[in-house]
Amino acid sequence: MSHLPILPILMPLLVGSLLLLMSGLSDGLRRSVGIAATLALLPVAVLLLLRVADGTHLVYALGAWPPPFAIVLVVDRLAAFMLLVTAVVALAGVVYASGGDDDAGPQFHALFQFQLMGINGAFLTGDLFNLFVFFEVLLIAFYALLLHGLGPQRVGAAIHVVVLNLIGSSMFLFAVGTLYGVTGTLNLADLSRVLPTLGPDEAALARSGALLLLGVFAIKAALLPFGFWLPRAYGSATAGSAALFAVLTKVGVYAILRVYALVFGPEAGSVAGVAAPWVFPAALVTLAFGALGTLGARGLREAAGWLVVYSVGTLLVAVGLFTEAGYAAAVYYTAHSTFAGAALFLVADVVSRSRTAAGDRLDIPDVMPRMALTGSLFLLAAIAVAGLPPLSGFAGKVMVLSAALAAGEAPWTWSVLLAATLVVVVALSRAGSALFWRTSEVTVAMPAPAIPRRAYWAVGGLLACVVGLVAWGGTVTEYAMDTARQLADPSGYRWAVLAGREGLVPDDRRDLQ
Amino acid sequence: MEALLAIAIGVLTAAGVYLMLRARTFPVLLGLTLLSYAVNLFLFASGRLVVASAPLTDKNFTSYPDPLPQALVLTAIVIGFGMTALLVVIALRALRDTGDDHVDGERHVRREDGPR
Repeated sequence: MSHLPILPILMPLLVGSLLLLMSGLSDGLRRSVGIAATLALLPVAVLLLLRVADGTHLVYALGAWPPPFAIVLVVDRLAAFMLLVTAVVALAGVVYASGGDDDAGPQFHALFQFQLMGINGAFLTGDLFNLFVFFEVLLIAFYALLLHGLGPQRVGAAIHVVVLNLIGSSMFLFAVGTLYGVTGTLNLADLSRVLPTLGPDEAALARSGALLLLGVFAIKAALLPFGFWLPRAYGSATAGSAALFAVLTKVGVYAILRVYALVFGPEAGSVAGVAAPWVFPAALVTLAFGALGTLGARGLREAAGWLVVYSVGTLLVAVGLFTEAGYAAAVYYTAHSTFAGAALFLVADVVSRSRTAAGDRLDIPDVMPRMALTGSLFLLAAIAVAGLPPLSGFAGKVMVLSAALAAGEAPWTWSVLLAATLVVVVALSRAGSALFWRTSEVTVAMPAPAIPRRAYWAVGGLLACVVGLVAWGGTVTEYAMDTARQLADPSGYRWAVLAGREGLVPDDRRDLQ
Repeated sequence: MEALLAIAIGVLTAAGVYLMLRARTFPVLLGLTLLSYAVNLFLFASGRLVVASAPLTDKNFTSYPDPLPQALVLTAIVIGFGMTALLVVIALRALRDTGDDHVDGERHVRREDGPR
């Protein structure tokens, strides 16, 4: 058994713990260790991606206990893809933060590594309870990063986030308890095997458990009506962490995709498609709200926060179709929206640091140094986020629209998605002209702080990835289609994990009592 | 036994939800704690209640309690404890920074950034 699948969890855990222990390290060394550890995740993710690209599932049973007992990690095309996206965004985030943000509070790099551990674990786990545990790991690091470089604004936003997510955690446990009480298992593959055999009474309980879970994932993914906490919290976080937070909402989307495509998928008998009536309408509302919020934002960071909501809406519209084409669109759009969203957060921070008097406020005119460079980066990020050609947002949107057409949901999807795109384009053009053109009214120019070169490299790298998604669009789309095929047919996943245990009667283990 | 446990879970959840809807951070915190108690009992019950039997396994008994939910509860308690501790710290910090323990305490935020 290769130990490759557990490396994305173990490496950040070890490095994070070491960074905590060796508190005597100089700042420079700490930064180098943080960047090196994040960089090391990249080849691991690429190796995993190459291993599973042919459609195999890598199953890693901890302690070599045969599944469904004990803990199991599963790498399939989707998980490997998400790991790669995370590694890229995390690298940009940590490089950006090394430009000075990490000094604002203690232990930034250790927390960053723990956050990565939680995210990677959530992508890899093949077990519902471990999904909960990794959610908590990433959340506690998330709270700490949110409070990094503490100011009153952040404390206010943080209380809401922590309380809401604690309620979410309790709901998660209620759902886990319900599902375990009904099925006697928490292994995702095993759940998908047991669920079709449930009687009507038990199926009703399983359905309520499933919908509770959807609520929890909706909080993580910032799906309305559970997403109002996000813009303020993300908008007030330090930019390097906010870039990584762009992945966090995707963890919620990933969980929805994983659980409702695999466990409550088409083969789940009486509990099949339990999420379908909820995800799609909620996603449309989220999309519309995200666009309107962007239009109403007073600062560029807040706008970037609302754009995360907007992109989650688009993503879940694709997921909510629950068709193969929808999954493919979701996979492609996930990569795009993560890169573009993270890039916009970083650009917003560059802008707000350049404008010493006004920060990122849109209503106060101010001048900034290196306006041409910052402006071009903003333009690229804005084009990508809004989904205009020629960048990858456009390709992703076309995939979502055509998937909706094929699924017969075109009227609602097309009208809301296209109208929301228009609103976002208006909002971003307004923000851009307010930031970069309204400079003549300024009388006193303040000396701007020097922005480290690596900040521009981080933004540029993320935007290069967005361009890469178009330049190698064929390859990525093909991979997304393969992933969608794998998701639409959960029997491969089930077989890989349970390896011939299909014959096991569901009541075998309950009889042990 | 089942009725007693069910009532306990119900009462804890109801009290927890009521307290969570209060406007001050301390009652909200207590509410979350009560809710996590309810969750722990609920998880424990998901392995079925077995009375007067061996704690894990013993060949003199034919019915055992399910050990897995016990492990889950233990994990949930540890995580819940850590999260509650963190929330206490954040709530105290908010009280110190804003001089107010309202959950939307930002009305009284002083403009300058950084701690006092």
